[in-house]
Amino acid sequence: MKNLLPYLKPYRKECVIAPLLKCTEALVDLFVPLLIARLIDEGIGTKSTSVIITIGLELLGLAALGLIIAMIAQWFSAKAAVGFSSKIRSVTFKHIQHLSFQSADTLGQSTLITRLTSDINQTQTGINMTLRLLLRSPFIVFGSVIMAYQVDPGSAWIFLLIVPLLAIVVYGIMWITIPLYRKVQGKLDKVVGISRENLTGVRVLRAFNLQQHETEEFDERNNALTAANVIVGRFSALTNPLTFLLINLATAVLLYVGAIRVNIGNLTQGQVVALLNYMAQILVELVKLANLIVTITKSIASASRVSKIIDTPSDMAYPETSEAPFEDGSVTFDHVTFTYQGAGAPSLTDVSFTARSGETIGVIGGTGSGKSTLVSLIPRFYDATEGSVKVSGHDVRSFTESDLRSHIGPVMQKAVLFAGTIRENMQYSNETATDEEIWEALELSQAAEFVRGKEDGLDEIVEQGGRNLSGGQKQRLGIARALVRKPAILILDDSSSALDFATDAKLRQAIKNLPYPHTTFIVSQRISSIRHADHILVLSETGELVGDAPHDELMKTCDVYREIYKSQYKEEPVNA
Amino acid sequence: MPKQSKSGSQREILRKVLRYIHRYIGLVIFSIILAAFICAFTLYLPILQGRAIDQIIGKGAVRFDGLIRILIVMGICTLLTSLAQWTQNVINNRITFHVVKDLRAEAFRKIQSLPLSYLDAHPSGDLVSRMIADADQFADGLLMGFTQLFSGVLMIVGTLGFLFSINYILALLVLVLTPISLFVARFIASRSYSHFKAQSVIRGNQTALIDEMIAGQKVVQAYGHQDAVQKRFDEINDNLAKTTLRATYYSSLTNPCTRFVNSLVYAVAAVCGAILVIRSRISVGQLSSALSYANQYTKPFNEISGVITELQNAIACAGRLLELIEMEPEKPETETPKDPETFTGKVDLEHVYFSYVPERKLIEDFSLNVEPGQKIAIVGPTGCGKTTLINLLMRFYDVNSGDIRVEDTSIYDMTRNGLRKGYGMVLQDTWIREASVRDNIAIGKPDASDDEIIAAAKQAHAHSFIKRLPNGYDTILHNDSDLSEGQRQLLCIARVMLALPPILILDEATSSIDTRTEMHIQHAFDRMSQGRTSFIVAHRLSTIRTADKILVMRDGHIVETGTHEELLAKGGFYTTLYNSQFAAS
Repeated sequence: MKNLLPYLKPYRKECVIAPLLKCTEALVDLFVPLLIARLIDEGIGTKSTSVIITIGLELLGLAALGLIIAMIAQWFSAKAAVGFSSKIRSVTFKHIQHLSFQSADTLGQSTLITRLTSDINQTQTGINMTLRLLLRSPFIVFGSVIMAYQVDPGSAWIFLLIVPLLAIVVYGIMWITIPLYRKVQGKLDKVVGISRENLTGVRVLRAFNLQQHETEEFDERNNALTAANVIVGRFSALTNPLTFLLINLATAVLLYVGAIRVNIGNLTQGQVVALLNYMAQILVELVKLANLIVTITKSIASASRVSKIIDTPSDMAYPETSEAPFEDGSVTFDHVTFTYQGAGAPSLTDVSFTARSGETIGVIGGTGSGKSTLVSLIPRFYDATEGSVKVSGHDVRSFTESDLRSHIGPVMQKAVLFAGTIRENMQYSNETATDEEIWEALELSQAAEFVRGKEDGLDEIVEQGGRNLSGGQKQRLGIARALVRKPAILILDDSSSALDFATDAKLRQAIKNLPYPHTTFIVSQRISSIRHADHILVLSETGELVGDAPHDELMKTCDVYREIYKSQYKEEPVNA
Repeated sequence: MPKQSKSGSQREILRKVLRYIHRYIGLVIFSIILAAFICAFTLYLPILQGRAIDQIIGKGAVRFDGLIRILIVMGICTLLTSLAQWTQNVINNRITFHVVKDLRAEAFRKIQSLPLSYLDAHPSGDLVSRMIADADQFADGLLMGFTQLFSGVLMIVGTLGFLFSINYILALLVLVLTPISLFVARFIASRSYSHFKAQSVIRGNQTALIDEMIAGQKVVQAYGHQDAVQKRFDEINDNLAKTTLRATYYSSLTNPCTRFVNSLVYAVAAVCGAILVIRSRISVGQLSSALSYANQYTKPFNEISGVITELQNAIACAGRLLELIEMEPEKPETETPKDPETFTGKVDLEHVYFSYVPERKLIEDFSLNVEPGQKIAIVGPTGCGKTTLINLLMRFYDVNSGDIRVEDTSIYDMTRNGLRKGYGMVLQDTWIREASVRDNIAIGKPDASDDEIIAAAKQAHAHSFIKRLPNGYDTILHNDSDLSEGQRQLLCIARVMLALPPILILDEATSSIDTRTEMHIQHAFDRMSQGRTSFIVAHRLSTIRTADKILVMRDGHIVETGTHEELLAKGGFYTTLYNSQFAAS
C-alpha cells in the first residue's frame, strides 16, 4: 500500500493541520469539566452570581472557539481526502488503461470497475475520518487521564486502570467478531449464489426437476447464514453492556475514593464532579474510536485492493525507440508457443509460418483451437511464451507501442463501439481522420449505405455498446474503424459472422482491392470466407498448425481442412 | 431499478410485515419490556450520582453511610442494566435474523413456483437484490427501528420527567433550547443535499465512462486511444472532486454545529443551575444530574429522526420483497395426476393457440402429431418464435387454448415434474452453475459414476478441452469468464448425453460450435435419437435436413410444414431460407 502514499504528499500541509486543529478542539472540550468544577467550588461556594456568569460566558467562548477550529479542520481534512482519492482514481484509471491484456484478463473487468469506484470512495471516507478522529479520540482519552491527574493525582489511578480495561473490552470484542463477520459474508455469498443461479438457470433446473433439491440446498445455506449471524451477534452484543458496566463501576469507585479524599480535605466537591465528567468523556470517545477502527479497517482493505492494481506491472515492456522502422506488413511466426496465464495447456503449440506483405491469409480451425490467439500476438496484445513473432522483418518486441500498433488494424470478434457519434467512433483509430477518409472507409466496409440512411449521417449517435445498431451494422462499423487508419496489417477476427453471404463477399472483394499495400488476416469458421485467401492456416484442436497452403492444395493434403469443408458443403446448393 | 411498490400503502405493508414478526411475538414483548427497564435504569443513574455527590459536601463532612448505600444501589442498577442490555441485543438479533431467514426462504420457494412469464420479464439481478439486500435492509431497519423508537421516546419522556422532578425552570430551559440542534442539523442536511445530488449525478457519469472504457479496453489500446480517454476521464474526475469536496465539507459541519448548540444549552443550564443552587432551590448533586441529562437529551432526538428515515426505507424494502412473495404462482398441479410410467415419445398438439400478450397473436390453431422416434425440426429467421413452441412443450408456458398430449395424456393432467422427466433439453442460452465440471454434467443424473460422466463428455466432444482445464473434471467453473460460448454448449450437450431422456429438445444447441465439431456431435445426436423423439431448433439448415418433419416459422406463425424434399419442391419460404445459406459461396 506504500505506493499510494506519495499521492498524499501534496496534502502534507492539510494532513498535519487537520489533526492538529482537531486536537486543539479536543483541548477546548477538556477544559469544560474544569470550568464546571470552578463553577461549583468558586461560584456556588462563594455564592457569587458574577463568577457564575463569567464562567458561563467562558463556557460559551470555548464552545464558539471549538466550532471555529472544527470548521477549519473539517475543510482541511475534506480537501486532503477528496484531493487524494481523486488523484488516485485518475492514476489507477491510467494504469488500467496501460495494463497488458494478460494482466487485465487476470484481474477481470468487474474487479477493475469496483476498485475504481466503491473501493476508492471507501478509501476517501477512511482518510477523511482518520484525519478528523484518529488523533482526536485518543487525545481526548489521554487528555482526560492527564486532566484527572491535574485535578487530583490521588484518585486518578482509577483512570489509569479503567482505560486499558475498556480498550481491552472494546478491541477484544472486535478482534473476535471481525473474522466471524468475514465468515458471515462468505455464507451470505453462498445464499446469493444459489439465488442467482436459480433465477438464471430456471429453465434447466425445472427441466431436470431440481426444484425440491434446490430448495433443500437453499434452506441449508440460509440456516447456516442465520446461525452464523446469531453467533456473531452474541459477541458483538457484548460491547455496549460491558463498557457501560465498566464505566459505571469505575464511577462508583471514583465517587468512593473521591469521598475519602474530600473528607480529609484533599479534594473539593466540584473537583469530584469534574472527575466524573472526564470519565463520561472517555466512554464517548472510546465508542467513537471503535466505530472509527471499523471504518479504517474497511478503508485499508479497499486501499490495498486499489494499490494492488497500481502494483500490477504492465508485464509488457516497450523499448524507448523502435530498433528499426516499420516498413511493410510482412508477418513471420517462428516456433511460437503460447499459453494463457493459469491455463493447463498451451493454446498455440510451435506455430511457424510467413505471410508476405500484400498477401491475404485465412485462419481456420475448431472452437478453441487458438485462431484468435494467433492473430492477437501480431499487435502484441499478448507476448509469445516461446518463439518469436516478427513484423516487417523484426521482432514485435523491438518496436515502440505506437510504432507497432499504429500500423495494425485489428477488428475483434465482438464489435465494441463507444457512446458518441459515428464520426467519433471512427476517429478512435485515427484522431485526425477527415470526413472524406471516414466515408471512404465506410464505403469499403459496406457500411456507407446504412450510415447515409441515418438522419444525422456521421453525427448519428451510437449508444453505449452500440445498442441501437444491429449486429451486422456494428461489425461493419468495426471494420470501417480499422480501415480509417489505413493499416499495413488488417486483422479480421471472425468479424463478419453477422453479415449475410452476399455482403460478406462484397466486403472481401473491397478489402482485397484496398488502394494501399496491406497484409490481411481473416479468421473465420466459414470456408467461404477464406477459400480465396493466398494461403490458409489450419489449426488443430490442440493449437498446432496442421496446414498452411491455398484451398485447393489443402483439400488434397489436410484432413482437418477437408473435414471442415465437408461439414459445410455436404450438399451443393439448390438452384445456385 | 427502484420501482414503486405495488404491494399497497405503507400501512398495508406494515400490517403484512407484522405477520412475519408475529411468530416471534413472545420475544418482541420481552424485548420491549427490557427496553423500558433499561431506559428507567439508565435515567436513574445520574440521579444516584447526584445524590452521591450531595453526600460529599466538604472536608470532614462526608456522609459515608449514605454514600455507600447509594453506591451499592448504583452497582446493582449497573449490573442489571448491563445484563438487560445484552439480553435485549441478543433477542433483537434473534428476531431480526429469523425474520430475514423466513422471508428469504419464502421468497426462494416462490421463485421455484413462479411462472416463467414473470421470471422472463424481471431481470434476475433485481430479484436477487430483493431477496438479499432488501431483506437485510428491512430487518435491520424495522426491528432496530422499533426498539430504538420505543426506547427513544421513553428516554425523552423519562429525561423530561426526571428534569422536572429536579427543577421545573431547568427542565423548561432544556426543553426549549435543545431542539435548536435538530433544526441546525436539518438545515445543514438540506444544504448539503443538493451537493450530494450533484455528486451522485457526476459519479454516475463517471461510472458509466469507467464501465464503457474497461469493457472496450482492448479496442482503446489497439487503437492507441488511451490519452484521449484519459483526458475525458480526468475532466469528469476533476468535476467530481469539486462537488465531492463541497458535499463532504458541508455534511461534515453537522457534527461541530450540533455540538456547539449542545454546548450552548449546557452553558445556559450550568449558569442557571448554579444560580438555583445559590438560592438553595436545588443541590449541587442535582445540578450535576441535570447537566448530564442536558448532555444526553439530544441523543434520542437524533436517534428517532434517524429511525424514522430507516423505518420508511425498511417499509419500502419490505414492499419490494413482499411484491415478490405475493406474486401469483404457477397454476397449481392437477389433483389427480396421470403421469406416464414410461415415455415412448408420442407427442400431439391439438388446435393450440398461444400468445405472450393478447394484443400480439403468435401461434394460432396449430396441430401436429409426432410419432415415437420422429425428428421434428423448427426453422425460421431470428425472432420468429421458434423457442415459443419449446416453452409450450416443456410447460414453461401454458397454451391459451387447445391441448398438448404426451403419450396420449394431456400434459395438463400430469404434474410438471412428471412431464419434464420425459424431456432432455439443450438451450442456446447456456447455463453453467458455479460448481465443478463434473457436477455440471451430472446435473440431470446426480448419481452418475465418473465413467458415465466421462463417456458423456466424450460423446459431446467436451472431453479434450475439459482435460486441458487446470483441474480437469474437478475444475470449478465460474459464471462468465472461464469457458468460451462453444465450450459451454458442449458441456450442456454432455448433460443431456448423460441423462438420456426419451424426448430430446435442442434449441440452437450447437450455434456457437464450429461446423466440424458440430458435425461430430450431430453423429452422436443421431445415434442417440435412434428410437427417441427429438425437437430441433436450428438456424443452420444442414443440421436439420434429415428431419422427419420440418416446421417453417415466420413472424410467429408456422407457414410451411413437410420434409426437406417436399418443402424444396414447394419453392416457398423454406427454399429462400435454404438458398440464402449457400448463395454466395
